[in-house]
Amino acid sequence: MSLTELLIGLAALVLAPFVGGFLRGVDRRITARMQGRIGPPVRQPFYDFLKLWGKAPSLPNRASLVWVWGYLLLTMVTVFMLFVGQDLLIIFFVLAFAAACLAFGAYSVRSPYAHIGAHRELLQMLSYEPILLLTVVAIFLQTGTFMVSGVLEHGQPLLLTLPLAFVAVLVALGIKLRKSPFDISASEHAHQELVRGVYTEYSGRTLALIELAHWYQLVLILAFVALFWAQPLWAGVLLALGAYFLEFVVDNVTARVRWTWMLSISWGKGVGLVLLNIVLIQFVFSSARV
Amino acid sequence: MGLISKARVKSPWIVHYCCGSCNGCDIEILACLTPYYDVERFGILNIGNPKHADLLVVTGPANRRSSRVLKNLYEQMPDPKLVMAVGACTATGGVFHNCYNILGGIDQVIPVDVYVPGCAARPEAVIDGVVLALDKLSKIK
Repeated sequence: MSLTELLIGLAALVLAPFVGGFLRGVDRRITARMQGRIGPPVRQPFYDFLKLWGKAPSLPNRASLVWVWGYLLLTMVTVFMLFVGQDLLIIFFVLAFAAACLAFGAYSVRSPYAHIGAHRELLQMLSYEPILLLTVVAIFLQTGTFMVSGVLEHGQPLLLTLPLAFVAVLVALGIKLRKSPFDISASEHAHQELVRGVYTEYSGRTLALIELAHWYQLVLILAFVALFWAQPLWAGVLLALGAYFLEFVVDNVTARVRWTWMLSISWGKGVGLVLLNIVLIQFVFSSARV
Repeated sequence: MGLISKARVKSPWIVHYCCGSCNGCDIEILACLTPYYDVERFGILNIGNPKHADLLVVTGPANRRSSRVLKNLYEQMPDPKLVMAVGACTATGGVFHNCYNILGGIDQVIPVDVYVPGCAARPEAVIDGVVLALDKLSKIK
């Protein structure tokens, strides 16, 4: 790792919350406009964060504090690793443990609402993890490396040879961002499920830290989407923003579904699409390349 | 005014509890969230979880059953918190005031910061009440 890479990683760690919070504000604004409302100002997520930070502490137990910090710090580690060009597989393994921390924190209290939210959070992880990991495998088959830096140096845009995997990643993006129809563990908006699902027992500062971790995660996932057209960087950024906008539209035109449907979509269609794409890479695109 | 007090005023999350009203005020409160009034433009969210909320919005009179729940909800909210009583019943017991199960207004059970009169209270009055509550919130250190 060179000094410039280290500096890029540190800059990403500092800037990611601002970009993520801004994108969340844009999300709320555009969602409101789609519903015929005016909507909050774009800086609203920052107000929410500061307000939550200023609330009196009310912790159910110390373990949940450890899990929340684990969630935030591990997510920060993944963002750092992605921006210094590290191994995609390791990034997603660490991200999986970070997401599990949120669920473990909800399991550590005795509230039944938090427990059901945590079950559902784990089901959501079960749904999107195979898609992400198999997509990384597909990227490896195409570029010959798991390293993000290697993907960046790959001449051809990945989207041209991995279109089906990209569609599956869009499904995973929806599940990861907890957008409708996949907002079953908890909603990013203030929609009500079982009280607040997996966030029920977090309050004040711990909730603020979770919000911060979400901003990091948003940047991470959108950066991963951008890797599909990495060569001119602006094209990748446009691709990621387009994918994010598509999530708003899907969020607003669909209703919440049951977890069985989510699992059948992600494992049946999502994983199926990635596997089909891997077969295409092996037999169709490779012969065209040779 | 510090950054955090400014943020408090800009992002009041409400939890709405019906103590046993006729649902007239509840419908008016929910009308505030619709596109016509759209209180989310002021950062107000109907959050549905007392542990995340800043403002407890109550409708209906306190009765012997619901007053326990009301007290429980109030105690679960982390400070700084405010209580807004919406409607005539919440202030005094209203049309229910002499019933055998009614304790009276909710101030018999928990401290109330803002009273919104009306039967039912209009959405404009509810929003005015929230503005008053925010004024009070901005003075909390």
